[in-house]
Amino acid sequence: MTGPINPFDKPNSYIGRSVERADAKRLTQGRGQYVDDLQLPRMVHAAFVRSPFAHAEILSIDKQVAEKAPGVVAVFAGADLTDHVTPYVGILTHLQGLRSPPQMPLAIDRARWQGEPVAMVVAQSRALAEDACDLIEIDYKPIDAACDVESALAPDAVVIHDEYQNNLAWERVVDAGDVDGAFARADVTVVERTFTFARHTGVTLETRASVVEFNPSDETLIWHYSGQAPHMMQAIVAKHLGMQEENVRIIARDVGGSFGIKIHTYGDEFATAAAAKILGRPVKFVADRNESFSTDIHARDHRVTGRIGVDKDGSIVGLEIDDLTGIGPYSMYPRSSGIECNQILNLTGAPYAIDNYRARGTIVFQNKNMMCQYRAVGHPVAMAVADGLLEGAAHEIGMDVVDIRRKNLLRDDVYPTSSAAGMKFDDLSHQKALEKLVELMDYNGLRRDQKEARENGIYRGIGFVSMVEVTNPSPMFYGVGGASISAQDGASVRLDATGALHVSVSITEQGQGTNTIIAQIAAGIFGVDLDRVKVTTGDTATTPYGGGTWASRGAGIGGEAVLLASNALKEQVLDVAAVILQASPETLDIKDGAIVDLADENERMPLSDLGKIVYYRGNELPSDLAPELIATRHYRVTDFPFVFTNGAMAAHVEVDIETGFVKVLDFWAVEDCGRVINPKLVDEQIRGGVVQGIGGALYEECLYSDDGQLLNASMADYLVPMAAEMPDIQVAHIETPTKTSVLGAKGAGEAGTGGAPAAVMNAVNDALRPMQASIYQMPMTPQRVLKALGTV
Amino acid sequence: MTQTCTITMTVNGEIVSQQVPTRMNLVDFLRNEVGLTGSHVGCEHGVCGACTIEVDGVAVRGCLLLAVQADQASVTTIEGLANNPTGRALQNAFQKHNALQCGFCTPGMLASAVEYVEGGGSPERTAIREHISGNYCRCTGYQSIVDAIADVLENASS
Repeated sequence: MTGPINPFDKPNSYIGRSVERADAKRLTQGRGQYVDDLQLPRMVHAAFVRSPFAHAEILSIDKQVAEKAPGVVAVFAGADLTDHVTPYVGILTHLQGLRSPPQMPLAIDRARWQGEPVAMVVAQSRALAEDACDLIEIDYKPIDAACDVESALAPDAVVIHDEYQNNLAWERVVDAGDVDGAFARADVTVVERTFTFARHTGVTLETRASVVEFNPSDETLIWHYSGQAPHMMQAIVAKHLGMQEENVRIIARDVGGSFGIKIHTYGDEFATAAAAKILGRPVKFVADRNESFSTDIHARDHRVTGRIGVDKDGSIVGLEIDDLTGIGPYSMYPRSSGIECNQILNLTGAPYAIDNYRARGTIVFQNKNMMCQYRAVGHPVAMAVADGLLEGAAHEIGMDVVDIRRKNLLRDDVYPTSSAAGMKFDDLSHQKALEKLVELMDYNGLRRDQKEARENGIYRGIGFVSMVEVTNPSPMFYGVGGASISAQDGASVRLDATGALHVSVSITEQGQGTNTIIAQIAAGIFGVDLDRVKVTTGDTATTPYGGGTWASRGAGIGGEAVLLASNALKEQVLDVAAVILQASPETLDIKDGAIVDLADENERMPLSDLGKIVYYRGNELPSDLAPELIATRHYRVTDFPFVFTNGAMAAHVEVDIETGFVKVLDFWAVEDCGRVINPKLVDEQIRGGVVQGIGGALYEECLYSDDGQLLNASMADYLVPMAAEMPDIQVAHIETPTKTSVLGAKGAGEAGTGGAPAAVMNAVNDALRPMQASIYQMPMTPQRVLKALGTV
Repeated sequence: MTQTCTITMTVNGEIVSQQVPTRMNLVDFLRNEVGLTGSHVGCEHGVCGACTIEVDGVAVRGCLLLAVQADQASVTTIEGLANNPTGRALQNAFQKHNALQCGFCTPGMLASAVEYVEGGGSPERTAIREHISGNYCRCTGYQSIVDAIADVLENASS
């Protein structure tokens, strides 16, 4: 590698600077390009008839009247697609024993959740398609639904899939050390709690959207896709629509929020693609908000019983959890619905030094919408359980909640190390993060304020969380389990004739600022001005092969690929420059768009001159010189399954004990995501994540009736955090770069969502403590708070 | 169902005249018929605020108004916002403070912010938060949006 030992200390480096996003200019002027903005010649529109029952036999479907309705091009029932789409199964082989039956885009013979697509109309406009949906006659025979997670495995429960004996999808047990022995010790206090985490969902402001065009003349399909993983979708579409992968092109332009929602295979989207292929013309499907609530993947839905044992000094001697979760009628394809439970088993208590750990996870099928990976997969549950138990234990033995963390958090000098569940950790800073947090929030001052407020009948609480976050996943996350999901990413960096850089990279932009940090890395490493870098993402035809942006992997993996490619291109360019300048490449450098002498930075030649010689006047070069002004590099994490980050967060809340309302007064987050490429963008990721976490803690819940009807499938009824309820959030950093890469960046996108619920829950319980009340059920709605207080 | 009406309105200073189905709402008309795709559709029931536009000087939900109801009206969308000094100042402040991530809420958020700033809104953060509480943003957590609006108000008063 050329350049100084630490390329980030160069004066022209953009890494570590809060540069503005080029995309922001476009998006503030209404110049975004979202899928629904696209209008293509001959394009038609899809609408769906969805099951009104959570569980029903489909006795007959009569399409005849609908087919003759104005503007209708075609009507499809499930059986009409069996020759066009092959079934898909959402299992991963490394989640041993996870089972799920094959799925098809539209229900055939039996519908298994309210909202499942049953029939599709394609018409000249969405309105006409919806009109015709009303004319399809479907005869259903409702069946008892298995909705409740607790009773899904009972002997008399309705079995959702005939091919199975019961509704069990997966079980896993982790058992390390001797939990029973530790809990039995005379000097040990054991605290037990049962936690409930409601179902909630991503509520991306742009709903799921697809425009699929098929050209029968050359058998090519283009899917304009609002999502996070173009190459994954390419592989899936090719496989299940019976096409050659190279004939499928996935294009993701602007994505109006995703958060893990738009990274799965949805029946309505597959049906849209099949219709485009059958009809040989573009078909658009944009979910309406009602469809989003009832079919976008839901998340959480866990009941966890946990026990923690601490000795008299507050040292944790053991931890035990039992997680029960419902995932809907199928495991989602292709990432499976087993990951959240698996993460909870892997991560609960992971920030702490714990030798004795036992965890059981049970996943059941149920007649509700499918559950899968949404932002911070498993983390909010794992962190709330461990830190809820820990704060409970601290109070039980009369110890301060910060002191008990100081006692038990992994020391900053123990790395590399592993957790009892087998997670490998390196380059973490739990203790430093906690101390920084305590200072940032003025902990002692807040405790004084709390005491005074209580004397005045005002109940404020302070709650903490210390956390880890799974980021930069290796192939051990999905690829090892048989999924067509890339863990490596690629970047091509090209020098153009006028000295501009073109970077093409396989990670994607959903608003995080991917395009900006990629430009920062390339500009800084290679040595051009930021405004001379153009970035292309989100197109399988024009980017290298890679995974995309999810699991907090974009900056850490895609960013490293860009760094490696930029360095490689720099070497190649210096080789050419050395020939032109009759110098040795080791004596040259690139700075501010020019070849300079390494020693004194004197300019020798602008890059635009070099580009013009290579591209236009190659006759001036020696015949045996073959200049390559493009470099491509790929990167994957090799030494660890995941590159963990750590963080410490705290919430300050006020509980109105008359109404049960919780107001978050302040929130602080100290995060160690390794090298920070753009501080403003990282801070904004943390803040946005914290607010989604507060949503899960206080407001968000997909409410179902006992018979599986989603009761609040509108934005008027499903509460999300709005501006007036949210606090300002202070963010600070510890920077411990990961040694797994040169760039040293870890992920930051999910930390806030993973940590905030635990901190808020602990703060609410701290506020309620004078009343001897407690609550371990999220969301902590006013009604539930009042119930905890015994007033309702 | 297929009844149509002919309507005429001024959109960002240009006169538009067209026959539309009476059931078509204003934001669908602007997006699909006029081609101004900057206004976004987030919920179609007046809650999320993504389709907020200015009709005769008032910020309204484009999904709760039928296109025929805007006959003879003057409409300003995000694409026309830069013609207004307040709109331009807010666009710049949103960029500076990174008051957007995915950008889907931004056109509606800016329309609400223009209404607030032009209506003499206070730079006090709680008041700004109250005003934009009809606009849903899933990405930012709102703080940077409050920063941007406060910045414009403070610059205007200094």
